[in-house]
Amino acid sequence: MSRTLGVTQMVGTDGGLMRFGPDRPLRLDSGARLSEFEIAYRTYGTLNADRSNAVLICHALTGDHHVASPHPVTGKPGWWPHVVGAGKPIDPARHFIISSNVIGGCMGTTGPSSIDPVTGKPYGLNFPVITIGDMVRAQAMLVEALGVETLFAVVGGSMGGMQILQWAADYPERIFSAVCIASAARHSAQNIAFHEVGRQAIMADPDWRGGDYAQLGLRPEKGLAVARMAAHITYLSEAALQRKFGRELQRDGLSWGFDADFQVESYLRHQGAAFVDRFDANSYLYITRAMDYFDLAGAHDGVLAGAFRAARAVRFCVLSFTSDWLYPTVESRAIVRALNAATARASFLEIESDRGHDAFLLDEPVMIDALRGFLDAAGQARGLP
Amino acid sequence: MNAFQLAQQREDFREILRLVRPGARVLDIGCGEGALLELLAREKQIDGRGLEISPQGVSACLSRGLAVVQGDADRDLADFPSRAFDYAILSQTLQTVRAPRLVLNELLRIAERAVVSVPNFGHWKVRFSLLRTGRMPMTGALDEPWYSTPNIHLCTLRDFGDLCDELGLQIEASAALSAGRPARPMDPAHWSENWRAEQAIFLLSHPGRQDSPAPVRPPTDDLFTR
Repeated sequence: MSRTLGVTQMVGTDGGLMRFGPDRPLRLDSGARLSEFEIAYRTYGTLNADRSNAVLICHALTGDHHVASPHPVTGKPGWWPHVVGAGKPIDPARHFIISSNVIGGCMGTTGPSSIDPVTGKPYGLNFPVITIGDMVRAQAMLVEALGVETLFAVVGGSMGGMQILQWAADYPERIFSAVCIASAARHSAQNIAFHEVGRQAIMADPDWRGGDYAQLGLRPEKGLAVARMAAHITYLSEAALQRKFGRELQRDGLSWGFDADFQVESYLRHQGAAFVDRFDANSYLYITRAMDYFDLAGAHDGVLAGAFRAARAVRFCVLSFTSDWLYPTVESRAIVRALNAATARASFLEIESDRGHDAFLLDEPVMIDALRGFLDAAGQARGLP
Repeated sequence: MNAFQLAQQREDFREILRLVRPGARVLDIGCGEGALLELLAREKQIDGRGLEISPQGVSACLSRGLAVVQGDADRDLADFPSRAFDYAILSQTLQTVRAPRLVLNELLRIAERAVVSVPNFGHWKVRFSLLRTGRMPMTGALDEPWYSTPNIHLCTLRDFGDLCDELGLQIEASAALSAGRPARPMDPAHWSENWRAEQAIFLLSHPGRQDSPAPVRPPTDDLFTR
């Protein structure tokens, strides 16, 4: 354990918990502040002598910091195996990779399931509402505490991509390059609508108890599972669902009842059931809220280009997928248009795929090649081997 | 691209390299795999951007460290702010776009100067080919049959000159291009050039133009620039 300026680092340099004391509070966009908080993080690889090879990876809504190592609850391998790892575009042999759980999360970073130091009980709904900006502010404190002044790259997909755009808006001088995949600069009405369905499902579960379920030893599993099922549909494309399941039945013949007759029903039920083992319902409320509140242009007089005025020197790579209807290409193009208007160094590629929003997590060779090409060229410009 | 076009493109590049001011901001529309942008960056230290329709082209540009946006000249030029560049380059592409008139206008909204190269449909080989065979001409520069050619808006030098006049564009310099031969400065208004020049390259400006706003976009995706 080491301690400097109210920051306590627990466990080794490859990860653990970074604790920020009352002298290093997290100021939140809502006006509230977290006077004590912890960030769970992982690192892979080694920071080089001139501290120029650090890459921050930002995770999506239900992701975490276990980007390239097994998940402690499910035992599944890291969530981005095609992008991060030996021989991959982001490689611990060349990069010092940092990944942290977002503020409001449930994988070790302070969130609604953490103990409120004032009451000694889990925060529940007493946890302040957080934003994408708050997540990034916390990450910036972590990165600084790890001794990194400027990041070679910030990389993320979906909600992770929103954090990338926020980094470019808030800390442009601290990033050399930025990769934003399958994301958007604001949540659309449809995005908000789907999230509201999920939140209502959770809050309608009698075990939710106004958010105080943890003190009562309960978990609103049914509501959280339904939220996940609805959201999961938005991560896939119609074509992918059709290809995978069509109208295939679970057993011979219909049940003439409401069991999971269709394979797609069984699949969704499984997705919901597996999710509740690894995710907290209140975290789901808080993080979806943060995404809904995200409107980068709104914070710059309605002009998105305003967010990127100071980021002209940053190399941007924006990627989208043809079948992603959650954050469709038009959203990425709006980002690119704003980057152009700000005369930033923007590259953009729309990748042909029928796998929907989740394509960014999968083995998509065009995406992987594009990432490799972009990051290798940026690395050369940065003087990395 | 056939060998003839490749050789021609090389002459094209050489001429563009000559025309572009060192350190300029350049947008290459239809930049392919980024060969010209890379050449200009190396020889003229330009600050370059590209627009390219094919994903393979964009990927190749990314690994060359170039800033390239996937898009199409007909649709996506409106995304660029006015006067963001010193030069907009449109090499062997104008005849393939759906609205050449609009694209030309856009080039000179985005950039102070445009470098445009086009095949000349008035070239003697094209004329004789049509006269002799009674079929759509196929020559070294125009080597695809009518049903599969990407060249949907071919013009002669005279046509091009007329359009420039109509749009108030000034031809500051022009040269004739043929495969394997160095570019030859020419007077595009001279009758003989409309027979002789197989391809032509123009440096255009818009003397009267003030900074004009980008064209109005459809309201559906205008939420970000309101």
